[in-house]
Order: sequence, then structure tokens, then C-alpha cells
Amino acid sequence: MKLQEFRSKEILARHGIPTLPGEIATTPAAARAAAERLGVPVVVKAQVLAGGRGKAGGVKLAADPAEAEARAAEILELRIAGAPVHTVLVTPSVVIAHEYYLAVILDRAARAVTVIASAEGGIDIEDVAQTDPAAVLRLPLNPLIGLQPHNVRAVSFFLAIPEAHRATFAATLTGLVEAFVQTDAELAEINPLALTSDGLVALDAKIVLDDSGLARHPDLEQLRDPAEEEPAEAAAREAGISYIKLDGTIGCMVNGAGLAMATMDLVKLAGGEPANFLDIGGGARHERVAAAFRIILADPNVRAVLINIFGGITRGDEVAQGIVEARAGLERQVPMVVRIVGTNADEAAFILESADLQTAYTLDEAAAMAVAAATAGEGR
Amino acid sequence: MSILVDRDTRLLIQGITGREGQFHGQAMLDYGTQVVAGVTPGKGGQETFNGRVPIFDTVAEAVDRTGANTSVIYVPAAFAPDAIFEAASSGIGLIFCITEGIPALDMLRVYHVLRAQGVRLIGPNCPGATTPGEAKVGIIPGNIHRRGRVGLVSRSGTLTYEVVEALTDEGIGQSTCVGIGGDPIVGTSFIEILTLFEADPLTDAVVLIGEIGGDEEERAAEHIAQTMSKPVAAFVAGRTAPPGRRMGHAGAIISGGTGTAESKRTALRDAGVRVADSPLQIPALLREAGVA
Repeated sequence: MKLQEFRSKEILARHGIPTLPGEIATTPAAARAAAERLGVPVVVKAQVLAGGRGKAGGVKLAADPAEAEARAAEILELRIAGAPVHTVLVTPSVVIAHEYYLAVILDRAARAVTVIASAEGGIDIEDVAQTDPAAVLRLPLNPLIGLQPHNVRAVSFFLAIPEAHRATFAATLTGLVEAFVQTDAELAEINPLALTSDGLVALDAKIVLDDSGLARHPDLEQLRDPAEEEPAEAAAREAGISYIKLDGTIGCMVNGAGLAMATMDLVKLAGGEPANFLDIGGGARHERVAAAFRIILADPNVRAVLINIFGGITRGDEVAQGIVEARAGLERQVPMVVRIVGTNADEAAFILESADLQTAYTLDEAAAMAVAAATAGEGR
Repeated sequence: MSILVDRDTRLLIQGITGREGQFHGQAMLDYGTQVVAGVTPGKGGQETFNGRVPIFDTVAEAVDRTGANTSVIYVPAAFAPDAIFEAASSGIGLIFCITEGIPALDMLRVYHVLRAQGVRLIGPNCPGATTPGEAKVGIIPGNIHRRGRVGLVSRSGTLTYEVVEALTDEGIGQSTCVGIGGDPIVGTSFIEILTLFEADPLTDAVVLIGEIGGDEEERAAEHIAQTMSKPVAAFVAGRTAPPGRRMGHAGAIISGGTGTAESKRTALRDAGVRVADSPLQIPALLREAGVA
């Protein structure tokens, strides 16, 4: 789960990292009032989860409260990477002497919590990593002892932090690693960590939480912003389903992420376009199947549904029963191709045949049948 | 012989009295796996599966009394790291963790502690392993296998079954099939399983099933080019997947150009691996490589 800038900064501030004061506004008038309280000039920043916010016009400078109101009005009209902007952060504008990049990430290849740092912070850090890898430090932390003072010194000297700011830098890096570990994050990033006349400040921040860790952080789960999520994706998550909407016409319901992706690949290979990625998860039973149907069919582009279940921990007969029951209650009927193999496949086949559902044996065959069904549906 | 599991596997089930432990425990017994013990704290002294399998309170006791040498874990994510630690500290040499949803930072500790103990962990979030005709450990349906000489290793669960079935349907049997799990941190890598297959006299060729994300496939490709004499065929899922979740700038810095299906397919092809467009093409690619 990604956290917005202002929430990420709140967490960092709790771990002793210097941030600027700021206020959240959802209307232009509130942005104006915030600017009056904070003192001008201010920066008005769209609070969205997508990257590329600055380049999309989501960050604007305002010299006085009236301008803050006008800029907020413009930004609140924007869609950034398809997502509407509901909230802006109003924060004082500062003069930046230097921008550093500082992040903590779980590096799966190194199997370590890893510090990433560069003296060339700012929005083009990825280009720096490509063109001048030596300008980016990657420091894996020992899993038994975590961040040690000598690690902090190594990063500080690599970045050539001026002596007067080294103590603040040490507190910032220590706080960042602490925040990463204590929130079960996948990423905690400060970009830029700016050197200003007031010292080092985290001007922008991003925290991405490990979804598997959320169960033990109910306080963080509450930070989820429903307005930021596709309604269908939110409904899927609540039902324990992974769903990503795509642009095609063939709805896919599959168990397992790998098989779901392979099913989409084969739909494409058969000449169709998948309408979604959908993994009903391990051990799915009829309630989850019914929810998956509702989510897939809520997409008006869907012309056919391909159901591909290879039972292991999931039992085929329970899914088959779920399909039959859910189909009866559907508002919209589209052609359906069902393939259920593996655990309890024979029982599943009996249930499907009794309900007169179109079934397939191989995955290639199922994909071809679904593409044919969707194409026939288009002609109607 | 064969790798990881065989007729000498003496299996302990952690979480044996739960829904999954019961269902898959029965399936493993039916397959002929030697299930010698179960552990459910508080139910020690009872028996399950019609008196065939004794239940113990602790792994140490189960190992002591039954000589269990391998464990399979079906307990919920909140308790799974502790279950792994308990098995590793009680004389179990090989642990399969089926459980899904273990936080990555927990797995990081598990990974390094088990490495230090010299205990092999497969998973978590994995389907287990089967050596056809000898033993199955985990949740892979037993009836899709056929005994033979092709090894299979996969990051996926159900996609593994798909490929196994495609092999069996075309008369190509398997030496051992292993799912290593799809989580960011897993106990055993592609490279380690490829090394076991390369050394296994009962394996003539290997199938590798990958998916987008991470750089495991790219590293495996390098390993194959440098060290493997046995032919390898592969399928990588996710060519049509939308660009994956970007983890800020750091994710891009970490992954560089790797992670996409095309990057993985190219790396594997450059390493001399035969790469399939559909799982169903794998049998033909193996025949091409000389598999009987």
C-alpha cells in the first residue's frame, strides 16, 4: 500500500526526521487559509499516489494567499496518471542549496534492507542511476545488526554532507531505517532531502508498505484512501481478490498470479485482449467466486468470461458450485468458458455439465473459445 | 535419489489439524508419502488420519519419536515464521512452507537464520515438491504427474500444475517438480534448484517457469549459460501484464532494466534456453532438445 506524501512525512516526523510544517486542503479556499496561517510564499502540491506529479503540473509555487487559492483550484482540477486530485498539501517555500536522495528499500536480490543514497537528488535520480551508477550508493545492511554508526558515517561521507549538518543527517538516516522497519515498509524514500538555510529538511517523501505486514498495523491500514483506489480494485481487495483492470474484452478469473498472467498471455496469443488480471487466491470458495463475477462484469467492456482454475489448495468442486450459484444471480449474462482441473476436478466437471456450462480441457483451447465467444458477442 | 523428496522422506506436518493440514495431509498419504507425524500445540497425544499419524505438541518431540527429517508447514502467516524456526531448531533438515502472506521483513530474518543453521527452506507461498511415484510434499495435485526424467522448477503455484499436466499429457515424465514460491524473499533460489538438477543422475533436462518481477530469471540464465550441461526449456508469465507496481525511484534503481517478461525471455534465450510462448509448447521444445 502506497502512502501519500503528507502521510509519509507524518511518519518520518515521528521518527525524528526534519520536515516542514504543512496543511492539507481539499478546496481552494482552504488552501488560501492555509497559506495565510503558514506565511507566504508557499508551495501547493497535489497529493496523489502516482509518480511524475511535478511534470504533470501538480506542484505550483504561490507568492500570496490569493495565488495559493488559484493554484490549488487548478491542481484540484487535474488528473495525474488517470487519478483525480482530491487533496493538496500547502507548505512553506524554501530556498534550496542542495538536493540529496535518500531511501531505504528491501533489496530482494541482496536479501537485505538496503540504503540507497545520492548527492544528485531530485526528479531525475533514475537517469543518474543509469548514466552514472557511481553517483548512487547501494549499502545493504547486515540483517543481524541493522544500521550501525559506521554505516551512517559511510553514507554521510559518500554524500559529502557538510560538517555542520552531519548530526541532523545521522538522525535522518537512523529515523528513516527505523520508520521502514517499524511500519513493515517495502520502501521509505526522501527525495529530495534538501539543504536549506534552516538545515536539512525532507521536502518530499514516499512510503510503500508491505501489504503482508498490514495485518499487524491496524493504524496504518486506516490510512488507506478509498478515493485514491479504483472502486473495483477496492471491492476486490475487500473480498480477498487481486484485481487489475485492463482495456480488453475478455474477463479472466484465475487462481494464482502466475497462472492468471499466463492466461492473459494466451488470450492475447489467441487474438483477444484480456479485460483484467484477477487472482481469486488460494482456497477460494463460492462467496469469493461470486464477488469475482460481480467485479469482472461491472466492467462494461467485458464480452466473455474465461474461468481457469487449476485446483491445488483450491478445490475445483467448490469453485464450480460457486460459479453455478453466482451465475444465477448475475444481472448481466455474457458467454462463459470454464476450465477446472486439478484437485476435485471430476466433481467439478459433473457440477458444470449438469448446469450446462461451456467447458474446455486445455488452456490454449479455453483461451481460443473465450476469444471466439467474445468476437461472436461483438456482432450481436 | 532424485532431489529434495523421495521414498526416504519422513514427513512431519505442522498445522496438521487445520483445514489445509487435514485436506492435504490426506492427499499426501494417499499419494504414498511417508507422513510420520503432525504437530499442533495442545493436541499432543492424539492421532489423526484413522490412527495412522501421531500428533505431538512440539517439533522436537515429533523428531525424537518418529525420526521425521522433513517438515511441511500449513499454519497461518502470523505463526509461520515461528513454526519455521521451531522446525529448523529441532533437527529438521528440509522445510517446505506453504503459507502465503508472511511479511517480507519476517522472511528476511528467517532466511538468514536458516542459512546460518544450514537448514534448507523451500517457500514460503510455494506449492511444495513432488517426486512422482515416491513422495509429494505440499499441495500439488498428485494425479497430474508421471514418473520420468525431466526436472521442473517454478516460482508459481498453479502455473506449475499447468506445465506438469502439459508434460504428462505428452508422455514426458518428471524426476522432481519444485515450486520455490513467489514472495520477494524465499528460502531457496532457482539457481540452487538448477544446481541440484544438474547433479542429479535421474534428471536429463529441466523446465524453468518464471514470472515478471525481480531478477531471479536473469540470474538463473547467467547460471545456466555458465554451468549447466543439461538442456533447459522455459516459460515466463506476464508478457501482457501492465507495467508492475513501481516502488518509487529506488525500485527502478534496484531493478535496472530487469524484471519485465521480455528482459527475462531474452536473457534465457541468450543463455541457450528454449523459451515457450505457451506452457503447452514446452513438451515440443523438450523433444527438440532430445528428451525421449
